[in-house]
Amino acid sequence: MMNLTLKIWRQANANAKGKMETYQMQEVSPDMSFLEMMDVLNEELIDKGIDPVAFDHDCREGICGMCSMFINGEAHGPDRLVTTCQLHMRKFKDGDTITIEPFRAKAFPVIKDLTVDRSSFDRIQQAGGFVSVNTSGNTQDANAIPIEKHDADKAFDAAACIGCGACVATCKNASAMLFVSAKVSQYALLPQGKVEATDRVLNMVNQMDEEGFGNCTNTGACEVECPKGISLENIARMNREYLYASLKG
Amino acid sequence: MALDSKIPKGPLADKWTKHKSNINLVSPANKRLIDVIVVGTGLAGASASATLAELGYNVKTFCFQDSPRRAHSIAAQGGINAAKNYQGDGDSTYRLFYDTIKGGDYRSREANVHRLAEVSTNIIDQCVAQGVPFARDYGGLLDNRSFGGVLVSRTFYAKGQTGQQLLLGAYSAMNRQIGRGKIKMYNRHEMMELVVVDGKARGIIARNLVNGKLERHSAHAVVIASGGYGNVFFLSTNAMGSNVSAAWKIHKKGAHFANPCFTQIHPTCIPVSGEHQSKLTLMSESLRNDGRIWVPKKLEDVKAIREGRLKPTDLKEEDRDYYLERRYPAFGNLVPRDVASRAAKERCDEGYGVNKTGEAVYLDFAAAIQRYGKEQAHVKGLDENDAALVKKLGQDVIRAKYGNLFQMYEKIVDQNPYETPMMIYPAVHYTMGGVWVDYNLMTSIPGCYAIGEANFSDHGANRLGASALMQGLADGYFVLPYTIGDYLADDIRTGTIDTDLPEFEKAEASVKAQMEAFVNNDGTHTVDYYHRKLGKIMWDKCGMSRNTKGLNEAITEIKSLREDFYKNVKVPGSTGEFNPELAKAARVADFLELGELFAKDALERNESCGGHFREESQTPEGEAMRDDENFTYVSAWEFKGEPAKAKLHKEQLDYEEIEVKTRSYK
Repeated sequence: MMNLTLKIWRQANANAKGKMETYQMQEVSPDMSFLEMMDVLNEELIDKGIDPVAFDHDCREGICGMCSMFINGEAHGPDRLVTTCQLHMRKFKDGDTITIEPFRAKAFPVIKDLTVDRSSFDRIQQAGGFVSVNTSGNTQDANAIPIEKHDADKAFDAAACIGCGACVATCKNASAMLFVSAKVSQYALLPQGKVEATDRVLNMVNQMDEEGFGNCTNTGACEVECPKGISLENIARMNREYLYASLKG
Repeated sequence: MALDSKIPKGPLADKWTKHKSNINLVSPANKRLIDVIVVGTGLAGASASATLAELGYNVKTFCFQDSPRRAHSIAAQGGINAAKNYQGDGDSTYRLFYDTIKGGDYRSREANVHRLAEVSTNIIDQCVAQGVPFARDYGGLLDNRSFGGVLVSRTFYAKGQTGQQLLLGAYSAMNRQIGRGKIKMYNRHEMMELVVVDGKARGIIARNLVNGKLERHSAHAVVIASGGYGNVFFLSTNAMGSNVSAAWKIHKKGAHFANPCFTQIHPTCIPVSGEHQSKLTLMSESLRNDGRIWVPKKLEDVKAIREGRLKPTDLKEEDRDYYLERRYPAFGNLVPRDVASRAAKERCDEGYGVNKTGEAVYLDFAAAIQRYGKEQAHVKGLDENDAALVKKLGQDVIRAKYGNLFQMYEKIVDQNPYETPMMIYPAVHYTMGGVWVDYNLMTSIPGCYAIGEANFSDHGANRLGASALMQGLADGYFVLPYTIGDYLADDIRTGTIDTDLPEFEKAEASVKAQMEAFVNNDGTHTVDYYHRKLGKIMWDKCGMSRNTKGLNEAITEIKSLREDFYKNVKVPGSTGEFNPELAKAARVADFLELGELFAKDALERNESCGGHFREESQTPEGEAMRDDENFTYVSAWEFKGEPAKAKLHKEQLDYEEIEVKTRSYK
């Protein structure tokens, strides 16, 4: 069992001025997940008549991409290849002070406490993150076009992005290049995506810039913090796609 | 009101094709005049939204999460079934239909299930066209694997993230329509009430979760795609936010709720570790392709393992009880979920559970690692007798197939499943029961539809693995978009529904009153306190094994817990702000009603079938025993003011094509 000091960002709403508050936690089990520890804190706060800490979470198995905490200066905390919900308290030790902040970026405004608005990611996808095929079911047989296993696997690896925004929160420029390039890469690697490749990359990058995300300066921090191990190769691929599309356009 | 399932006449295999040709259509010009609301953005809701928008309707879609991409379909792991017969192993539409009816223990509708099997192949074609990266073999063609309860390989997959890839496919189809302005998306909005005007569903009251404002939204039809109600058990593999509220609200407005007691307890989940537990994590059924399930044969070995004196890997083959292979030689480790779960419970109840709590069995990959390792060594021309090499090569194969699941297990349990067997135990996973719908997927409220897990239609008393994704997408892409036109054809001259109608005003006022009552209650216990208590009653008395005494107790206990909740629940904050506790309170209030109906339904169904096991109805070997003479029907409950007064309507199930038999996997 561990005793911990938590320093948590509290902000009543988007327009309020936020600040760090300190809370003590007793008897934390190392088998708890980080969010279960937060659940216990919130139960205690409610009992004391203090407003509980608002944080986003849903599936609690690392796939929905909703949880989004910046823990001790790292997106999703000190463990690698996990989201906050999969981080377990055994990664901390008795007496630790843990700092918890929201994912910060101009394009991710705070809604309350640790909850941020990531709808900018949706808008980027709406600009071109799809194949324009109607859902009639009257397409050709799924096995009509064989796809080389290597390409299919790489497309899958890119498509594994959960859209959590850790890449943005980690980047000193708050760049969304890893997120956008993952989607662009998935389709660039598959024959189905080739038809619209030019418009897709131009439109998605354009929307990314409009949302106020920063530029990529190749520090690679995003890849380190990405809970799904999305590779920097995708950014290189998107840059090639973008250059090609710009010349063609 | 009598139940009319509206199953078309004619031979089973022709029903859907003929029905599609016979139903009314809405012209493209008129579709522009018609609004449709979709609640929920999982596979069913997202695919329906995208397709309805493509057809030309004005769609408004709602989800409580911060993005439609977060819906819990995203967490489905193993795969999606389709009768493509790419493996040439004898699969067909009929076989998928037959397996699903049998898997559901003869408690589902033949016509619906046949339609599902028919459209299953379109789903795969559609998803590939959308760029969903399914697993492929070295020839570049789609790969398949096997799931429980079937003898063919018909499951398509994308590693252990099939749900994610299919949902992102449907989300991308939605995004295309959002970009075109045909779908208006409302993130972080929760449906609080259905608005019924002149007997027809005409809109909803939604709450904007960011600022707490109540909003009126009107439409010519309302589609509920809000998923299942597994979270009535508090601990389940569902997401934290998954809830019954949208389905329950329409139930209270007149939609019958069918077979609420049909719940799937999934055999392979990570066991509970302590009191703080907030949810349970599934380990995909696909693991049973390669994992063998066992417990020690001797109780002294169990004791030694629990006390840490003996490692499972040190136990000799002859001291292990591979109880599924022993009891069910034909299907072995790939028996259906209900059978596997009960068998695990039986062993643990007898004292053979292998963890501290006594509620865990092993899922062991050592044999598969050996088998694959030898195969790889042979293929690569390496030494098949080099144990270390074989193990490494075998582990690589397992990693490629299930890497993300093994990683997830290791993070949660802090043990390496490549080296030591996984520990697993059954957990609540899926609900076959749900809103009653007719063949057109319309509920008993005209203009109100229910699709995906939210309805009851296709899985009977037990769902087969990899069929939930199939049903969600079938309903959303290929069924509802046709059938809804038949209803909407009468609405082409109606015009926009006015949200100033008194029905909207009244619905909004009732929601407002409920929200204010919660924050002003000044109680003593948190929402979770009640939710945990409810979950414990459900698990102990309405879980894997049910009996008259326990169910009667559950009904009384849930009712008094509900009364206590309204008196003593404490909800912090105000109604006009981002207040997750308030949202949770409203959801738990609905679970506290549903739980009682659930127990009532389980009590009424005095037979065992599929996931519903009544101790009073079992064979001498402890297998579930159906009572076809008395219970071959769907229980559809009509709300009458409170769960205790719900009125039962029976939809008799007629089997024309399939001979109803005792389900055996031996």
